[in-house]
Amino acid sequence: MTGYTFAEKALACAAGITSARAGDVLDVQPNVVFSHDNSAAIRKIFAQMGAQHIRHPERLVITLDHAAPAPTTQHAQNHAEIRQWVREQGIKNFFEIGRGVGHQIMSEEALVLPGEVIFGADSHTTHFGWLGAFGMGVGRTELAALWATGELWIRVPESMLITLDGTLPAGVTAKDIALRLLGDLGVSGGEYRSVEFTGSAIAAMSLDERPVIPNMMAEFGAMSAYFPPDEVIFDHVDARRTRDYQPIYPDADAEYHQRHTINVSALEPLIALPHQPDNVIGLSAAERARIDQAFIGTCTGGRYSDLEAAARVLKGQRVSVRTIAIPASSSILKQAAHTGVLDTLIDAGVTIATPGCGPCMGNHMGIPAPSEATISTGSRNFRGRMGTADAPIYLANPYVVAASAICGHIAHPQEFLR
Amino acid sequence: MTQSLAQPTRTKHRCWVYGDNVNTDVIFPGKYTYTLQTQDDIRAHALEDLDPAFASGVQSGDVIIAGLNWGCGSSREQAVTAIKWSGVSIIIAASFSGLYFRNCINQGVHPIVCPILHTLITTGATIEIDHGARTIQYGEHIFPIPALSPSVQAILNAGGLTPMLRARFEGEGTTR
Repeated sequence: MTGYTFAEKALACAAGITSARAGDVLDVQPNVVFSHDNSAAIRKIFAQMGAQHIRHPERLVITLDHAAPAPTTQHAQNHAEIRQWVREQGIKNFFEIGRGVGHQIMSEEALVLPGEVIFGADSHTTHFGWLGAFGMGVGRTELAALWATGELWIRVPESMLITLDGTLPAGVTAKDIALRLLGDLGVSGGEYRSVEFTGSAIAAMSLDERPVIPNMMAEFGAMSAYFPPDEVIFDHVDARRTRDYQPIYPDADAEYHQRHTINVSALEPLIALPHQPDNVIGLSAAERARIDQAFIGTCTGGRYSDLEAAARVLKGQRVSVRTIAIPASSSILKQAAHTGVLDTLIDAGVTIATPGCGPCMGNHMGIPAPSEATISTGSRNFRGRMGTADAPIYLANPYVVAASAICGHIAHPQEFLR
Repeated sequence: MTQSLAQPTRTKHRCWVYGDNVNTDVIFPGKYTYTLQTQDDIRAHALEDLDPAFASGVQSGDVIIAGLNWGCGSSREQAVTAIKWSGVSIIIAASFSGLYFRNCINQGVHPIVCPILHTLITTGATIEIDHGARTIQYGEHIFPIPALSPSVQAILNAGGLTPMLRARFEGEGTTR
């Protein structure tokens, strides 16, 4: 009898049973149920189901972040319907426009805790692996079913183990680790897997950097991702949490269907070329590709350390193409204002926009014109992602995005980091 | 809807064939997700950035056949409903993204995993599905339709998660 993976343990626990194995179909009761601007559409499906009341309103989190502030009358109407619903149902954990991206807010406020399960109507719900939680994206109908019943069917995923050894070189970030993994194994490399990480490089990552990798496992096809929580995580959540929790760790003899190791000491900055996040090459091979816009933001790449990295490169410099920085939350915006990072960015010619998802999915705040190229710290560069089909998107870490903004083409940050 | 006795055992389907790693942004662009509401408006943009011929050419009963990791990317359910409301109720792929597979089941669209078919067939060809024998036939080739777990099959048989839960709430006679 082999041991259990994190996914097997966490889902069994949330299903109220003693044990489960990959392949079992369970009815799981998540601790947190998350939706955002899609909540008005979910409300309509909820009504079609014939349910009158939300089963566990205290488990809901709703944010307005994907198109916020509303760019059109239709988006405004969508937000208005959500606000009305939140009032009617007495949903306490509702976050208005400008507070930030849902995943970042819930992380900051410790609304999700180690060992817990969160289902969110957003593919990047894998994010919560950074806290040692099982986070999985679901569809709108599933979210409505969660409102109505408090539970959802799930087939327990097989797991893969990724070992991150070594120490990141200067100018190389967690973003590059995620891109390396995508480049190595492809966008289907983690298809329907719980991607469970281990290794010495995790402990060395700051609180800011850790979410990047579980977040981007959405691009890997993963159902969920997992970092083993340590004291840094416990200190973070203990300062804010409103309930108890029990961290969960996989057994040493758990059954993994695949194993892969990355020596992060050997990494260089990477670029994902259009139009797929696994289209990854070394920065040196991509240098000099023309760009028209640079974007620092999103749930993947809009934390304080991302803004700070950009500011280090941009200090005393001037961007030569339009550059948009969008902090992932109002707390990050405030911190950047306090430390002077914001001053540095503004002095360099960067424009700052409302915390939230920004132009990542093509709703507003930086949609490119046809044929214009964007370099972004975001997670996804599929054709049309930013709202224009014929507009290539490059993905990179914030140092590279900032250096490219100065040069007007993809550039190495080295000469700006002296 | 539950398969009735009147449903023919064998059905023929015209095919739209695509490759590996087709993502939700090209199946249904994100920029439309909070503004388009009606079935007609949503299906008009199905596969917009992948195959502009699809939305105008698709007919009820057609099927999609694809390679690995069909529907990777976003959780957006319109990537399934845009196709469903175009008249497609079966999608056959070498593999599906987990989210997309779940969205299919919950929308009553049958996702069929078939590793090789997409490499043999081209758009416009016809396949035949034997619902009794649970096979797909294309020329000389016959492929099995994999079984789903009973609870997942029950959702599909009910026509999706919404009608299944509606029946359950009505059955309970409660307004919860």
